[in-house]
Amino acid sequence: MAEEFTINLKIWRQAGPDQPGKLVDYTLDTVNEHMSFLEMLDVLNEKILNEGGDPIEFDYDCREGICGSCDLMIDGRAHGPKAMTCSCQLHMRNYNDGDTITVEPFRARAFPVIKDLVVDRSAFDRIIEAGGYVSIKTGSAPDANSIPVDKQVADTAFDYATCIGCGACVAACPNSSASLFTGAKLAHLNRLPQGEPERKKRTVAMVEQMEEEGFGDCSNFAECEAVCPKGISISAIAEMRRNYMKAALAGDEA
Amino acid sequence: MPSFLTALKSQVGRKILTGITGIGLIIFVILHLAGNLTLFGDYQAFNVYTYTLESLGWILYILEAGLAICFLLHAYIGISIWWNRRKNRPEGYEKYQTKGGPSHNTWASRSMALTGVVILVFLVIHLANFKFADTNMITLPNGETGRNLKAVVMESFQNPWYAFGYSFVLVLLGLHLKHGFWSAFTSLTMKHKKYSAIIYGIGIIFAILIAIGFLFIPLYIYFTGGQGALIAY
Repeated sequence: MAEEFTINLKIWRQAGPDQPGKLVDYTLDTVNEHMSFLEMLDVLNEKILNEGGDPIEFDYDCREGICGSCDLMIDGRAHGPKAMTCSCQLHMRNYNDGDTITVEPFRARAFPVIKDLVVDRSAFDRIIEAGGYVSIKTGSAPDANSIPVDKQVADTAFDYATCIGCGACVAACPNSSASLFTGAKLAHLNRLPQGEPERKKRTVAMVEQMEEEGFGDCSNFAECEAVCPKGISISAIAEMRRNYMKAALAGDEA
Repeated sequence: MPSFLTALKSQVGRKILTGITGIGLIIFVILHLAGNLTLFGDYQAFNVYTYTLESLGWILYILEAGLAICFLLHAYIGISIWWNRRKNRPEGYEKYQTKGGPSHNTWASRSMALTGVVILVFLVIHLANFKFADTNMITLPNGETGRNLKAVVMESFQNPWYAFGYSFVLVLLGLHLKHGFWSAFTSLTMKHKKYSAIIYGIGIIFAILIAIGFLFIPLYIYFTGGQGALIAY
């Protein structure tokens, strides 16, 4: 059994959307270094339930850093202190006995709080619906490698495809911009031959949707790249700007 | 497809415009500093420089109009970005900090609107005090009669309020350029795995050089009581 230690927590509690919330203090003295941050919250919820309280709502699914659900602002940083790590992959061994940790939801006008630490990120879904897809024949599986793709292009596209849509970029951005998310999706789809035919239409539609959802301007802080659990580069944003302006200048010509 | 004008009004287009006007203003700042340094030339060098500039006539008016557009558009978009920032996160974080690493999220980058507005207010005072100042006339080496702006500069910077106020604003300009230089190129989509770090480095060196260049003049004049050996009388 690993030694147990004590963690003080200040956790945002909010009963529902549009209701006032506040930070509530908790102390958990049964933390061990092998727990993930979410497991620590599970143990805290267990304790709250035993005491007859209302457990803290937080989002999670895979708990292995690939689904993008575990959106927590931990001590003012999206997904906590470690680079390229989701909240679920942050372990309590990064903390010491007696530390105080502040946990807040991802905040943006476009990400309204549903309850406690859970926010509504459906704005991202609507950006994807606007153009984050390729139109291809479905049905029988196409032959592998029937469309040649340069290795380097495929690798770069894959780097951008690693975006899990967690929204950390928005949460950490001083302007609440969704440029890294939108840029990553565009950089992924636009550079592949399957995505090329809809490149202009897609870029314009997704940029417009991003703005309509109430996400802010990009001021090149690059904080999004720092908090991105997949380490996606803001080069995606530069590429989005290039493709958008090209599309506007080309007008209706293909 | 959006029209070109609609595209320029989008988030992307506004950044492109901020970048273009920003680079225009960077060029202006370089030329302005080069002009100021003629103060350290011979006795009449500064007055000859200002006289030559003012005798450009309509060419100068076109340049000034372009400059005014750069300033106003840059300021307008910058202030609207600041306004949207407040609107798009109505409830702020109790605790917020940068994760470091590749991030350029610093006081300088977060305060672009603040430093920009201070520079804009300063600009109005600065134009009134120098460009539109009442000056004595003086005979220049080429026999023409020109404004003795050098005397205005020498006199103004012996006033501690003006010398230190000016210096303070120019430190803010340095901080504005620290983020602005790199950001302008990135907004104009020049983002590269290797070269972006170099552009950022050049931006920091540029910001420091510009700040030192502009600060040296008022502080030198103030601390030498307008009698410094580097300036010819």
